[in-house]
Amino acid sequence: MKQRSVLPWLYVGPALLILAFFLVYPALNTLYLSLFDKRSENFVGLDNYVWALTSKDMLTAFKNNILWLVLFTALTVSLGLVMAVLLDRVRYEAVAKSIIFLPMAISFVGAGVIWKFMYAFRPANVAQIGLLNAIVRNFTSLDPIGWLVNRTTNNLALIVVGVWIWTGFCMVILSAAYKGIPRELIEAARVDGANEWQVFWRITLPMMKPTIAVVATTMVINVLKVFDIVYVMTNGAFGTEVIANRMYKEMFHYRSFGRASAIAVILLLAIIPVMLVNIRRFREQEAVR
Amino acid sequence: MNKKLTNALSSLPLNLVIIGISLIWLLPSVGLLISSFRPENAVLSSGWWTIFQHPFDFTQYTLENYADVITAQGMGRAFLNSLYITIPSTIIPIMVAAFAAYAFAWMEFPGRQVLFMIVVGLLVVPLQMTLIPILRVYNRLGLAGTFIGIWLAHTGYGLPFAVYLLRNFFGGLPKDLFESAFLDGASQLVAFFRLALPLSVPALASLSIFQFLWVWNDLLVALIYLGGTERVAPLTLKLSSLVNSLGQNWHLLTAAAFVSMALPLVVFFSLQRYFVRGILAGSVKG
Repeated sequence: MKQRSVLPWLYVGPALLILAFFLVYPALNTLYLSLFDKRSENFVGLDNYVWALTSKDMLTAFKNNILWLVLFTALTVSLGLVMAVLLDRVRYEAVAKSIIFLPMAISFVGAGVIWKFMYAFRPANVAQIGLLNAIVRNFTSLDPIGWLVNRTTNNLALIVVGVWIWTGFCMVILSAAYKGIPRELIEAARVDGANEWQVFWRITLPMMKPTIAVVATTMVINVLKVFDIVYVMTNGAFGTEVIANRMYKEMFHYRSFGRASAIAVILLLAIIPVMLVNIRRFREQEAVR
Repeated sequence: MNKKLTNALSSLPLNLVIIGISLIWLLPSVGLLISSFRPENAVLSSGWWTIFQHPFDFTQYTLENYADVITAQGMGRAFLNSLYITIPSTIIPIMVAAFAAYAFAWMEFPGRQVLFMIVVGLLVVPLQMTLIPILRVYNRLGLAGTFIGIWLAHTGYGLPFAVYLLRNFFGGLPKDLFESAFLDGASQLVAFFRLALPLSVPALASLSIFQFLWVWNDLLVALIYLGGTERVAPLTLKLSSLVNSLGQNWHLLTAAAFVSMALPLVVFFSLQRYFVRGILAGSVKG
């Protein structure tokens, strides 16, 4: 069925045009703009990048994104894995899964409101209306904590919201992979006297490695682009800034298109390795097909 | 009997861990839901969990918060805007993607592989890379702050994933089916509408749910291209501005948040199966 006509181009044409206009052209244009000043009038070379890599605000953002990268990825993937394995052993698996998966349906803005209310803070002499501070007041002798203001807790408090949203996603994918492991393999190990702990570390985990890698990369991409949660809950105040929120501020508050573009390019550079891994994995999969 | 008891006892820690984690996951949403039905003075003077002291005392609940946010605070208008943004932003990209994915899967043309690799690469390009140039073009064409502008933007951003997912699904359909159809003289268009599309209903369903939720829940794209235009603001945009303007008025904020979550929750509970399938197809295969 060789098609030497224009027909295929009629099929792919609209999609390619839209992709070219909304993704390819703007990406190249952003690269170009990142070499110009605020209003894109004068060429400034790499000045915007020097600023992006050395200014105090950006360094805070980088530091926080790395904190997110480590904690968020570790927590979502490990909690997702633990729940996938544990839930397989109970009869109410479907219900528990729905509960943990539920936050995926909610917007980050909605989740932000939900958790801002969880973290609500009031002076020590009145009743607490935020669940976390009520627990602090009832079970410890501490004063109520301003979770989103206090510099030792606020980044963690934001990461918790991310983990609450994304753990269900990891769990669903890891659970499918777990159920794909041949039961005979696990049974055989048990018959040979392996305990559950050994089965997990020697069989389950190695068998699930490829899926864990996929899930972890997805989480890494999410972390690099994290925006909504921070924008809604703290807007980067009190040392909670992240790269994507900083870009928004440079673009809309300071109207500095050069700097905002440079930040976007840095985000892209951080993601490119992931992109290459994606393409390679796709090629391997095609070779099998 | 004795064996049953030891079994139950040995699985007790497992059940406690699972129930504990499930509760932690559920409590924040429950708190929101309960608070949205409590009157202002109650929400601001006591925790939502205090209602469990007498949960069936229905005089402690009210619908006033909802009436207020939907009318006075503009969440009703925003709900309609969200619908008006989301429906075309779901249909257009999936239609465009289906044609392209069919060509990538079943047609021969020069550059097919390379072009598809580019689509796979575009999957992870951060939206941030595109915002400034597109906003500039939009400002010049008068598309900023319009529904058409945001439909097109969501089409562009949704396409890579849609093309990728559908191409994989179409490609997985049995080859003989298409070959015998072509032998019988079917054209590509007939094969597309009569074979590829009907056989891909599950994939199309998953994709629609995905795109629907992604657009409904999107903040960034609406924030950039609709900006401060109140008239066209969707729920997410409205809610995030209420967070600033309402401050500590939790009785209103919780009701507003729930209004924004209601439709996604209905979609989630009724179509969870397709949603899960879409996630699996999108990430395990890729």
